[in-house]
Amino acid sequence: MKIIAAIEHVIKKPIWDCQMCGQCVLHDTGMTCPMTCPKTLRNGPCGGVREDGHCEVKPEMRCVWVKAEDRSRNMPLLPTVWREHFNNLRPPVDNRLKGDSSWKNAISGRDKETPPGWTPVAEAPEAEAKA
Amino acid sequence: MSRLGELLDKGDELIITGEAPVIDGGTLKDYEAKLAELAPWCDAMNATDNTAAHAHASNVAMAIAMQRVGVEPILQVVCRDKNRIAQQADIMGVALHGVENICCLTGDDVTAGDEPEARRVFDLDGPQLVRLANSLKEGRYLSGRKIDPAPSLVIGAVENPATHPLDYRAQRAAKKILAGARFLQLQICYHPERLEAFVAALHANGFTDKCAILPTVVAVKGPGPLRFMDSSVPGISVPVETIARVADADDSAEEAYQLVLEQCQHALALPGVRGLHLTDFRKDGSISRLCADLGIRPRSERESRANDFALAN
Ligand code: SF4
Repeated sequence: MKIIAAIEHVIKKPIWDCQMCGQCVLHDTGMTCPMTCPKTLRNGPCGGVREDGHCEVKPEMRCVWVKAEDRSRNMPLLPTVWREHFNNLRPPVDNRLKGDSSWKNAISGRDKETPPGWTPVAEAPEAEAKA
Repeated sequence: MSRLGELLDKGDELIITGEAPVIDGGTLKDYEAKLAELAPWCDAMNATDNTAAHAHASNVAMAIAMQRVGVEPILQVVCRDKNRIAQQADIMGVALHGVENICCLTGDDVTAGDEPEARRVFDLDGPQLVRLANSLKEGRYLSGRKIDPAPSLVIGAVENPATHPLDYRAQRAAKKILAGARFLQLQICYHPERLEAFVAALHANGFTDKCAILPTVVAVKGPGPLRFMDSSVPGISVPVETIARVADADDSAEEAYQLVLEQCQHALALPGVRGLHLTDFRKDGSISRLCADLGIRPRSERESRANDFALAN
């Protein structure tokens, strides 16, 4: 399985500066890797974006999320559903998956697993079953 | 329930929150004295979490201290310094002391502080932290482990209406509201048109019914703090005209006061704004003058008037 991770890294590192979090959300974030944000934010830009649209932490870099938001709206050929997913609430990173292949985890569904307390009671499958 | 929680349930009365000063040494008495100027006007005050990435007495300790001196605290929790386990522990810890109000922030980066060499954590981000607090309120840790009885929490968040991407900021605020934020303290905004557009977008989509919008106003005394915020506080920009207006005035302190008053009036007139979040950099009694000019009465009077009204009905 290590070989898949290696292939993924070779492809995604040069294009997206992939950090191999093992739970890829590139498609939902305008093909911009949120793990390259110095705060590794998964849910949009922090409040520290500079007036010129650059990063609070690295003034020389355009804010990753400013870029992501722009691309998610304007990038050609991006499927509409991916654009629509931009503002979804993405769950906390599972730190155990770091270095793993996100392709493998997408196929197995492992990247969609969240801790039981993450899903609000009203939206949990048991609640739906009862309703 | 906390007064803030009651006001949110009522859904119409004015809400005033305040930024409690930090403390780095001294006793509970000293802390009480520091709170004295702003506290009488506030329904609740923020026990800040190492503001601008500078270490101070902790958010948890200050929240408990406030509780002990009769000021209603809002525990501010940022994501910079602690992972999700510690964040849950802090919220549950203050709940043990009767603190219910929680405000969830991503937080400034370590590089904004005086120990930029420190490790940054950001295990969660702001919107995830709101959802986490909501889980605790529902009686479960993130792991699913039961909490019985569940803490009674009043959850809020922050958003910066003044920075990029401007058109997206209201959507990000909406994400936090959908995750469980019932109040939103906005970052200070020196671009009135940006604040208007932000609040209008939330209002048009019904989010201001679900969540109290509280724009921040910072009482400044002159051009110095405006220049400082513009150059050194991440995400804040102050137009040159605004700085010049205060700097070039014959009486800078008075001109700064007028600017702050106008900001309050402007914010309070926006449909969907429930109140203000006050920060006092002047510390010269101006908050009393400001509240008088705005027709805002002290918390005790607002509280008793509301009670009289309830009894009469
Ligand atoms: S400014 Fe943008 S890239 Fe920089 S830390 Fe904030 S969200 Fe991340």
